[in-house]
Amino acid sequence: MTENIKVAYWPGCVSRGFTPELHGSMAIVAEKLGWELVELDRANCCGAGVIAEHNQELADTLNARTFALAQQTGLAMMNICSTCQGAQSECQQRLDADSAYRAHINETLSGQGLAYEKGKDGFTNKNFLWLLVEDYGLDRLKEQVVRPLSGLRVGPFYGCYIVRPKERLGYGEFPDRDVYLEQVIEALGGTVVEYDGARKCCGFPVVTMNRDTSLRQAGTHVGDAIDAGADCLVTPCPLCHLNLDMQQPEAAKVVNRDLGLAVLHLPQLVGLALGAEPKDLGMGKHIASTRWVEERLTAGAPA
Amino acid sequence: MADYTIKVRRFQPESGEGPYWEEFNVDLDPSLSVLDGLLQAKDRDDGSLAVRCSCRAAICGSCGMKVNGQSTLGCKTQIGEAQEQADKMVGAAGVSAAVADSPIRGEGSDLGSAGNPIVIEPMGNMPVIKDLITDMESTHWTKIRRVTPWLLPHGEPPEREYVVEPESMIDITQSMACIQCGACVSSCLSMEADPGFIGPAALAKAYRFVGDPRDAETHERLHDLADDPHGIYDCTHCFSCIDACPKGVAPMDQIMRLRRKAGEEGIEDPNAGHDHEIAFVKVIEKKGLLDEALLVQESYAPGIKGKLKPSKRGLTETIKSLPTILRPLRKRKVKLRQAIPGLHHGLPKEAMGDVKSIYAHAEEHSEELNLYIRGEEGDDAQPDGAAAEEVTND
Repeated sequence: MTENIKVAYWPGCVSRGFTPELHGSMAIVAEKLGWELVELDRANCCGAGVIAEHNQELADTLNARTFALAQQTGLAMMNICSTCQGAQSECQQRLDADSAYRAHINETLSGQGLAYEKGKDGFTNKNFLWLLVEDYGLDRLKEQVVRPLSGLRVGPFYGCYIVRPKERLGYGEFPDRDVYLEQVIEALGGTVVEYDGARKCCGFPVVTMNRDTSLRQAGTHVGDAIDAGADCLVTPCPLCHLNLDMQQPEAAKVVNRDLGLAVLHLPQLVGLALGAEPKDLGMGKHIASTRWVEERLTAGAPA
Repeated sequence: MADYTIKVRRFQPESGEGPYWEEFNVDLDPSLSVLDGLLQAKDRDDGSLAVRCSCRAAICGSCGMKVNGQSTLGCKTQIGEAQEQADKMVGAAGVSAAVADSPIRGEGSDLGSAGNPIVIEPMGNMPVIKDLITDMESTHWTKIRRVTPWLLPHGEPPEREYVVEPESMIDITQSMACIQCGACVSSCLSMEADPGFIGPAALAKAYRFVGDPRDAETHERLHDLADDPHGIYDCTHCFSCIDACPKGVAPMDQIMRLRRKAGEEGIEDPNAGHDHEIAFVKVIEKKGLLDEALLVQESYAPGIKGKLKPSKRGLTETIKSLPTILRPLRKRKVKLRQAIPGLHHGLPKEAMGDVKSIYAHAEEHSEELNLYIRGEEGDDAQPDGAAAEEVTND
């Protein structure tokens, strides 16, 4: 376990777009945990699987550029988006599998003075969730908790790209990656809510193509979590957040029932337990009200 | 030998009762399969327990089922591993909800091994005939037939067999490995929300013919699959089928190839799936980062390359999406310039130069490079798909 966490930080697009509260809350949490984030402010969009669908070499080169920028810092890379994790892992897998292909991609990058090197300095690209559990450690996290989430019933929502395909996402080495959210919720003093949708698809990738299917997926999962008694959901994926939170009123119409369940970004949930104020964590910016969560915490918090 | 408790979702239509759970205690070596466990329970405890199986070696594709919520083959899942999974998931992954709504019969897990029972259910997305036996005809086979699963060559057939270069068949060997078990259909999260979706097995089969050099109706096939609102653009990218497939077919990858080929053929679709793909690619080429408002506008009314030309559907969808844009504005979640297409910040100029040079280079190629993971030189790793498998008669 590393003593101090210092990483090359890829915040992704959406955390600086339609979910700015994610970017802000990550900064607060990093400071509270004593993590140093070196932001990759010149890195580009991961392509979210869509660019790979169009042209694999294009997606691979764009992400090789991001990896190369991270490698220039000599640090491991961190992302805060399940979709970035999955899309980048897919490209990294293709790049790592074939040295000739890697050389071909690096030739394109050479004009920019960049090169992606397989395994350089033990290079890894991990989501905040993975880093928190594997490198920082749940025991250390527990020690930092000043406002235990006692009595707060939290439903985990992973996002497809961080749980499948297992073979690509390092489950051989880290087989418990699909239960980390549960572990973190418990470490923060919260109660895990089991419901049907935790590892299912939020529907976001087809929201412009098949709105009904997409919102039915989001609405069903939110509804199932409510039925299981959840006070809120937590997700490491801002794209899931868009469909589960921003689209929640529309999803409610499609599944024809009242919803109204707070959906927290992972750093927000961690931040609450570390004592940060809900307002500073941007929880007032959500579409589905987070007031219930805040009331539960202030009612039950000994701090 | 070890003791296991298997918890089976049972249903007998002749009883007139609903489905229920029954627990069986079985005793077998951890390296034996979940199917072996079921057959032992059938042999020792209840001969009426219905399960479909034949080869017991992951070749025939008969014993598709869900083990701890994961669609798979019963014969390919070791019971020891299934126990580890059951202990880890603690009733998660869709199992708990199902457990709660049905009564439990049987011996009770306290008689069996320590830990959670291994939960076994019939496959999803298809009707259950009895216990673990599902109706493959009404969903799986109907959908397979939907994609015209045979060769459509033009012209007179050759006097002898068709002769093709082995290299030209490599592209479809992965989809040819399908054994029609239905595990991917069972796992499909898109089909769960839209039962009309053609689905992973049938679309993988469709690619098997789209990619076949002997087939002469490639364009027609692609047009058909893109034009169907439940076709290739109805897949939500959830990767479930990739993890469910016991043969490495990776159906979702085949669906993405169908999309790529449909795009190359310039096929427009009623879901505007191709427009969305091009919109995404163009937005990143222009700004390096995602501009959500521009992406939505471009998906419905492509304008980056020319004048805005919204389709009727585009207009309707844009109007439908307005509340979704207005709510975050009201909450001050996003600034006005983020909600207006094209005003959101992009990468700094110098970085944009890098992105544009990558586009200039990569977009020269229209062929897929390195689609298969071949394993690094010197690595023992086998190809991810079936690239190294022999080309067999399909």
